[in-house]
Amino acid sequence: MFGKLSWAAIPFHEPIPLISTAVVAAIMLVALAVVTAKGWWPYLWREWLKSVDHKRIGVMYVTLGFVMLLRGFADALMMRSQQAFAVGSSQGYLPPEHYNQVFSAHGTIMIFFVAMPLVIGLMNFVVPLQLGVRDVAFPVLNSVSFWLTAAGALLVNMSLVIGNFARTGWMGYPPLSGLAFSPDVGVDYYLWSLQISGLGTLFTGVNFVTTILKLRAPGMTYFRMPVFCWTALAANLLIVAAFPILTATFLMLLLDRYLGMHFFTNEAGGNQMMYVNLFWAWGHPEVYVLILPAFGVFSEVAATFSGKPLFSYRSMVLATLAICVLSFMVWLHHFFTMGAGANVNAFFGIMSAIIAVPTGVKVFNWLFTLFRGRIVFATPMLFLIGFIVTFVIGGMTGVLLAVPPINFVLHNSVFLVAHFHNVIIAGTVFGALAGYNYWFPKAFGFTLDDRLGQCSFWCWLIGFYLAFMPLYVLGLMGMTRRLQHIADPSWRPWLLVAGAGAIVIFCGILCQIAQLYVSIRTRERRRDVTGDPWNGRTLEWATSSPPPAYNFAVLPKVETIDAFWEMKRRRRRPATAYEAIEVPHNSATGIVISFFAVVAGFALIWHIWWLAIAGLLAAAATVVAFGWSDEREHRIPAAEVARMERTRVRLGGSA
Amino acid sequence: MNGDDHLLEDRTPGVESHEAMASVLWYTVGLGLAIVATIASFIVAQTSLLWPPGISVGLIVLALAQMGIHLVFFLHLGSGPDDTNNILALAFGVLIVFLVIAGSIWIVANLNANMTTMPIK
Amino acid sequence: MKTETLEGPPIESAERRHTGPAPARIVVGYGFWIFILSDMVMFSALFAAYAVLSGNTAGGPTGAELFNLRNAFILTICLLFSSYTCGLGALSAERLRQDGFLTFAALTFVLGAAFLFIEISEFAGMIDKGAGPSRSAFLSAFFTLVGMHGTHVSLGLIWLAFMMAQVAAKGLGAVVRRRVLCFSLFWHALDIVWVGVMTLVYLIGVQ
Repeated sequence: MFGKLSWAAIPFHEPIPLISTAVVAAIMLVALAVVTAKGWWPYLWREWLKSVDHKRIGVMYVTLGFVMLLRGFADALMMRSQQAFAVGSSQGYLPPEHYNQVFSAHGTIMIFFVAMPLVIGLMNFVVPLQLGVRDVAFPVLNSVSFWLTAAGALLVNMSLVIGNFARTGWMGYPPLSGLAFSPDVGVDYYLWSLQISGLGTLFTGVNFVTTILKLRAPGMTYFRMPVFCWTALAANLLIVAAFPILTATFLMLLLDRYLGMHFFTNEAGGNQMMYVNLFWAWGHPEVYVLILPAFGVFSEVAATFSGKPLFSYRSMVLATLAICVLSFMVWLHHFFTMGAGANVNAFFGIMSAIIAVPTGVKVFNWLFTLFRGRIVFATPMLFLIGFIVTFVIGGMTGVLLAVPPINFVLHNSVFLVAHFHNVIIAGTVFGALAGYNYWFPKAFGFTLDDRLGQCSFWCWLIGFYLAFMPLYVLGLMGMTRRLQHIADPSWRPWLLVAGAGAIVIFCGILCQIAQLYVSIRTRERRRDVTGDPWNGRTLEWATSSPPPAYNFAVLPKVETIDAFWEMKRRRRRPATAYEAIEVPHNSATGIVISFFAVVAGFALIWHIWWLAIAGLLAAAATVVAFGWSDEREHRIPAAEVARMERTRVRLGGSA
Repeated sequence: MNGDDHLLEDRTPGVESHEAMASVLWYTVGLGLAIVATIASFIVAQTSLLWPPGISVGLIVLALAQMGIHLVFFLHLGSGPDDTNNILALAFGVLIVFLVIAGSIWIVANLNANMTTMPIK
Repeated sequence: MKTETLEGPPIESAERRHTGPAPARIVVGYGFWIFILSDMVMFSALFAAYAVLSGNTAGGPTGAELFNLRNAFILTICLLFSSYTCGLGALSAERLRQDGFLTFAALTFVLGAAFLFIEISEFAGMIDKGAGPSRSAFLSAFFTLVGMHGTHVSLGLIWLAFMMAQVAAKGLGAVVRRRVLCFSLFWHALDIVWVGVMTLVYLIGVQ
């Protein structure tokens, strides 16, 4: 009846997951109780959970990313402390089978449920505004995307309480992840949660490629698009082209596990290297999905906070597109050591080094944008400067790793761990935090506290250096990644420094929470009444903060790059002749489909076949019901638009 | 985006922009060519008249030709300026498909040649 | 969706004049085209797996022993003609000929169902002979690649039935025609994938 599920699946005998789960459950129950007591459910359901407004979906994505950051960061603190304690005769406090789940969950969560939601959330919020349009191409699909991602995140977190998570590392290499060596549900949690969220990500890719290529304000030709839109286009092209590879690869592993096939098994002709190969054919483009939007954020921040147009816009665009294509030609550098010959290794080594060239072009463009600008040292600008310095270090260690002979020495060492944290934290995370500080006033109508923002920046920056520079050293000393126990006591001082670094980063996160709390408390003082708190250059600043549901009462007419800057220069006044606006209906389709996806995923993980079939059928029925309906939009009449606009202008918003 | 006017500057695969393409004749020509290519493929695969190592190459060429026929005659992809976007997207997709297939074959063949594989019996 | 020009002449740049967001039909069709391309990439991973694993028969039957080219030819012709009738159906839909659409859609459905029936009987025959998907890596890759195409065909048939119901119930309004367009793109794309399957799996497989 319940497949493999029984009371034994709940870890009553393991205090750590049980206590942490109890704490999380208590927090969630309190939150739910507050929402219920205050009677917020109807509002939440109507205005947020069912919303198909790209701005609200963007906010929900970023919220999901930050919540999951806390979960992933808790894993990081556990690993750092375990490695600091478990030296010599001490075994630390995490037994190997638990430690292995911790590092697997950390990687999976940070990539798929922190970095991805953060960049997708920013793209959701910003891209339609920057393009000067009213929504994405497929608003309901956008809601489906978000809720599928959330469904995947929920499944990963369920593994904490019911059953266990994968012990295979976040890549899930077979044969370890095959049925023979991982017979329990851990790998199934990993696979199904990523299949479900991956589907959501793919829909996001389709949606944004279409939005950017087909929906732009009048006059916004390709070479007038803001750079963030270009990087979003490149990132979404990579999503569309790369995520299906992951889906197919995971499908093959699932067939091995569920139907006894032999794609990646040790017997009957299976080939494990094929998994590694296909995984990284997705995996390398994926890291550019994460970094390109961050490059876009930094481009916007550099121009805005230097009061200058971006240096060499066209070379920035071309570098973005070059990275987009080249990122598909380097994937073997993740497995140089697995036996390819000199020709193959040389080709992929050279391609990997070449991809540093367009990235270098971008770094110089940012520097020349800052050069002789009127730099405003607000939090986003600090993140930009911290990013430039730190990312260049990460890039250079990356070029080192792209050299096959060096890679043979450093493969799977903590040098590699230091390298990719160097580029992902300094690139994607700093980019997301810069974007969060930069666009927060647009989303909520008041600015974030800059002093606490700067505190969080310094904690993140210093904490990063303390946490990861020692890992470079340790890597060169021969320490491999994922060690539950440290045999060599001479590594310990470095590990203690790294642990201290993690605590400093934690302080940075606390500063962010404090910043959000303080800013909300003092929001009346920090209202953004102009819609343009930073003297911005692009169209998102041309509407009020927060923007109305339809973004622009009249679509802006674009004549140059930095369209809003030009409008301000020419003192354009907003139009007052309004027309009726079509607004999409809110829809519960996304959340309903995702609910059934969670049911089906959970049932598949535990081999509860009747429930899996029921869940899939229910999800399919939801799709069919949606596919039959025709009423997707309603019109706001011109008079109503005019009335709403007058109210907003009276309240201080510009049109 | 409520209008469904026929915008001549922009179109999407599967929609006929030119009268010539929008006809039963056009589909029928496509069907005929596709049948010819299919029959040719099956003949090439079973013939003993051709040099055996060349057969696979010939089959792949015929398959690519047939895919082209489908794209032009059934999906109405052309070379007009209104089609640029569709063709660019297709080109990107074809590049990725090529990289994934050719890259995987090359890499795994290389791995097999360099590493002693267990005899499969 | 018109817009206001406040002052100054209309834009005439060196680049092509850009008039604003594209109409719904273009947006929907293009979005679906992008989705189809992503589906092609998904198939490319399965093709790659098949190409890599097709020699690993683990002492089991090989492609030359299992594949029946006559069968493959019939499958190919079924799908090709269904693509043709699907195209004619889409053409009827564009010309607002409801009966024409329903007739061609029914023909497409029958041809697609015939394809599926023959494929399933072929699969069943192979499994009966002990050549099921868990026999060897080669057969895993074969059943997954061909089966994935077959799954797409099955979903396409369900979708087609759904479209016929919609057209019968609601007629050929703009929204329904957009959905017909997406379906025909999907169906033609499946035929293109099949050309790859036919060549790589069957024709090269028997060499």
